[in-house]
Amino acid sequence: MSGRLAKISEMLRGDFFALSAFIFLIILLLGAAFGPSLIEGSDVSMNLRMRNAPPFQLENGFGYILGADSLGRPILPRILYGARTTLAISLSVVILSMAFGSTLGIVAGYYGKRFDNIIMRGADLVMSFPSLLLAVIVLYVLKPFVFNVVIVLTITRIPVYVRVARAEVLEVKQRLFVESAFSMGATDFRILRLHITPIILPTLLTVASLDLANVMLAESSLSFLGIGVQPPGITWGLMVADGRNYLATAWWLAFWPGAAILLTALAANLLSNWMRIVMDPKLSWRLERIRTAKKTRAGATE
Amino acid sequence: MIFQFLTRRLFFSIVALFVLLILVFLMARLTGDPAYLYLPDTATEEMRAQFREVHGFNDPMLVQLGRYIWNALQLDFGMSMRRNIPAMEAVAVAFPWTLRLAGITVVLAMIVAMIVGPLAAYKPGSFFDRLASVLSLAAASMPDFWLAITAILVFAVSLGVLPTSGIGGPEYWIMPVGVLMFRITGTTTQVVRGSMISSLAAPYVKAAKAKGVPDKRILFVHALRNSVIAAVTVAGDQTRGLINGAVIVETVFGWPGIGKLMIDAISQRDFAVLQASVLATAAAIFLLNIILDLIYTFLDPRIEVQ
Repeated sequence: MSGRLAKISEMLRGDFFALSAFIFLIILLLGAAFGPSLIEGSDVSMNLRMRNAPPFQLENGFGYILGADSLGRPILPRILYGARTTLAISLSVVILSMAFGSTLGIVAGYYGKRFDNIIMRGADLVMSFPSLLLAVIVLYVLKPFVFNVVIVLTITRIPVYVRVARAEVLEVKQRLFVESAFSMGATDFRILRLHITPIILPTLLTVASLDLANVMLAESSLSFLGIGVQPPGITWGLMVADGRNYLATAWWLAFWPGAAILLTALAANLLSNWMRIVMDPKLSWRLERIRTAKKTRAGATE
Repeated sequence: MIFQFLTRRLFFSIVALFVLLILVFLMARLTGDPAYLYLPDTATEEMRAQFREVHGFNDPMLVQLGRYIWNALQLDFGMSMRRNIPAMEAVAVAFPWTLRLAGITVVLAMIVAMIVGPLAAYKPGSFFDRLASVLSLAAASMPDFWLAITAILVFAVSLGVLPTSGIGGPEYWIMPVGVLMFRITGTTTQVVRGSMISSLAAPYVKAAKAKGVPDKRILFVHALRNSVIAAVTVAGDQTRGLINGAVIVETVFGWPGIGKLMIDAISQRDFAVLQASVLATAAAIFLLNIILDLIYTFLDPRIEVQ
């Protein structure tokens, strides 16, 4: 296992973009986890003298390095708080939709027939409609609590996993080891748990990692439209919406949280793209070869 | 064969539309009592009762639903309560604006993807390829609402070269199309690149090379033809994303399209308009999916419709 970890970290170091994305996400996670407690209370402390204070001025403390918002609250700590909400919502949505979607997809693929028909038609129905509109309508009815945001986004993401899991199960089901387990009298549950799920799990995890950025963007859009998380909750989308009114006078209000969304989504996408290559034995040799080629070249010049 | 395929797809689409119609009807009714939402606070109880009576809100939910479906079958989607015009008329005015916006965006995005994708796939791992990959990923990771207001800040507020919002001459189209293009271009470029890499490894490319066909021709004539299908496949998925984007872009830029109409209808609780526009959007998407399936078979005779 440690050998495998070493190999993966070697491959990560070989890819500049993936490595930067990895480091960025680690810093963001640490910042979201510990940042707010280091600069306690400053995210809500209003200071009317600091209204719309411009960025890059250090005399008021490090918290104000990105400026302050329309109520004089420093932007940097608020971005870290927003990271908590945004990441918590996105991760819950990804985990929930993967769990439900994969289960439904496995059932559809394994049992086939009527299950398959009902589940796939349902997935088609959800997929045929723009997810944002679905969320807009549902959240307007259900009231925009965090919990409802998570549920709505989960429903819109489930079909992706249903389709992938079903397709994978259909293929794995045909293989000899599943047939032999079946002929030896293994129960359906045992076959699914021991023989099928472990094989399709890596694919599902890759899909999930690719979906993280999409979910984050969807959550931010909802908050921006004012039907996602509500104040006093803090999310990046909400901060952009707040800043929109001060666009001409204080650009930094909307700019920083938007940049945070862009960078985080980009980092998540870069890393999951890299992960897809690492997970695929047919492609991962490329990363290794780049690394060894560099090494030999470096060795030759020494 | 193709006839069977069409009837089955049409049948499923109609059933799906019907389910959607009922869901939207029920959900819209759950937002609150229209007698309180439409009439001013000072209205008396008698006025509210009369309002409910006139608009049929007193009947049981099922009766209201039945009446609604019956009318919908005759293409009558009720009146817009806010604007006093038939709901379908409001949709018919708004829909072309979104269609034009989306159409131009898709065409431009496809052109960019078909040029950048093959060039990136020409030498996988080259500087251009890595640059194109990161840029297209960045475009695909772009929060469009933020991009939209940043564009307004730069081009309308600071430079003053483009109008902030509204409709009019070509200058009004630049920012909405530009913003809407970002994500779809990024995603499509990546798909074209991936599919081009496998196309370029195929034997027929080797044969063409051996024959002495210039690289440019191999890239943009031989291999690209096979990657167009991949691009068309994602185009279907992208259209749904495009409608999502259109809601944002239309809201920010004050574009009088279907996305803005729906958001406005929700905030004004204009049920009839909401239902009509949801139904029109869904019908358009179903129709588009069927057309795309037919295009695949046309582009690639190996695919048979089932």
